Amino acid sequence: MHHVVLDRWSRGASAIHRRDARAKTIALLEFLIALATVHRSFLAVGLCYFTILVAVMIAARLPLLAALTRAAVVLPFTLVFAVISLAAGEPLAAMTLVGKSYLSALAVLVLLSTTPLPELLHGLEHLGVPRYLLMVVQFLYRYLFVISEEAQHMRAAAQAKSGSVGRVLFDQSKFGAAAGALGVLFARSYAHAEGIHQAMLARGFQDHFRTLSRHAFRGADAIFLMAAVVLLAGARVAIEAWI
Amino acid sequence: MQPLIEVRDLQFQYDDGTVALDGVNFQLFPGETVAVFGANGSGKTTFVLHLNGLLAGDGDVRVCGMAVERKNLARVRQKIGLVFQDSDNQLFMPTVIEDVAFGPLNLGLGRDEAQSRAIAALEEVGMAHASGKAPYHLSAGEKKRVAIAGILAMRPEILVLDEPTTSLDPPGQIALLELLERLPQAKILVTHDVESARILANRAVFFEKGRITGEGSVEEMIARFSWDRATLKRPATSRF
Repeated sequence: MHHVVLDRWSRGASAIHRRDARAKTIALLEFLIALATVHRSFLAVGLCYFTILVAVMIAARLPLLAALTRAAVVLPFTLVFAVISLAAGEPLAAMTLVGKSYLSALAVLVLLSTTPLPELLHGLEHLGVPRYLLMVVQFLYRYLFVISEEAQHMRAAAQAKSGSVGRVLFDQSKFGAAAGALGVLFARSYAHAEGIHQAMLARGFQDHFRTLSRHAFRGADAIFLMAAVVLLAGARVAIEAWI
Repeated sequence: MQPLIEVRDLQFQYDDGTVALDGVNFQLFPGETVAVFGANGSGKTTFVLHLNGLLAGDGDVRVCGMAVERKNLARVRQKIGLVFQDSDNQLFMPTVIEDVAFGPLNLGLGRDEAQSRAIAALEEVGMAHASGKAPYHLSAGEKKRVAIAGILAMRPEILVLDEPTTSLDPPGQIALLELLERLPQAKILVTHDVESARILANRAVFFEKGRITGEGSVEEMIARFSWDRATLKRPATSRF
């Protein structure tokens, strides 16, 4: 599963991994804003930002090819809109759309691959993201694996009983079975949620997640953040002035 | 001797009208391990959920002399550690060490003390090597051990274990039973596994339709309620 791989990558020990989640999150936000607002010089700026991301991935010792491939997961969604732009006679807009989507996904992936999720969530909490929203994300991340395993068991059971579960959309009876399985999965998720809540209460949970992490924002984090801000903004300004 | 747990005339009915507990009386004394037998749906799990206030029925439940009621819940939950049947539900934090430290942090301990308690508890169950791992990377037996460590880190006086050997392979069951045998706390063992009860428990109670209908030694309860696979007879039609 994707999140298991990212979880493994995020437990690295490079200088990028050691940076505080807040510094990396703010740098990511700046990257996304700078990228989203580029218009006339997208090709040059996009290429420059891609190079920066690749450099960061090398510094973080991430498997380059695997990471670049994983970021392409967003392409099927944006390609639909790109095709519409192409059909409307705007090839540049189509290319920009695909390029921006891919670079944005790659930047998010770099953050997730260099920051363990608990650290990222604590960082987001310090940045003012609502605590309950973060709790939902944490539980989703933790139990995605459990729910996915249950879905696989149900799929295997369906295959054992019917011979095949392929082409669900084109077979009304299979579509009905899949919908039923989805309902069961929802009921099981609900039962898990109740069980988890009971287990939390049994260990004294009141309304706030207390954690072992200390989250010190060090000088190196400030330097990293400043460098990211200067590099990203500076590169864009220089390229736009030059072109 | 003062009982650690004292339950008098406990009654509980679910919202759908099902009477789950119908006048339960129970005591647990220091040093005891009591096996709780009974068919599925007989009220065993509902009963143990009352012991730390996760469910609240009519009647009197006292843990270490404290009534199980809202104002005492924090202290009661420190005294009585509940190990759930499904370890996945119990291990909800991203890493093992954070999960084990969850209880001590909720008790108001500082980070350093919570961490040292968590490490000590993991060492006690033989899982210190996994402290940085994510729970979904553990085997069923390892998850169970970590779940127990999460309870031990709260330094409880009583352990309540709901079907602890379920879904464990035989070596995992043996390792878990050895661990439980070593732990000094008084225990309530909710189980269908009579072998575990024979090894760990010195007393047993039997639940039927929300009532305790039998109480005595483990062997007495097994014999009286025919609660052992050895008493099963092979059906005449089962040979092909």
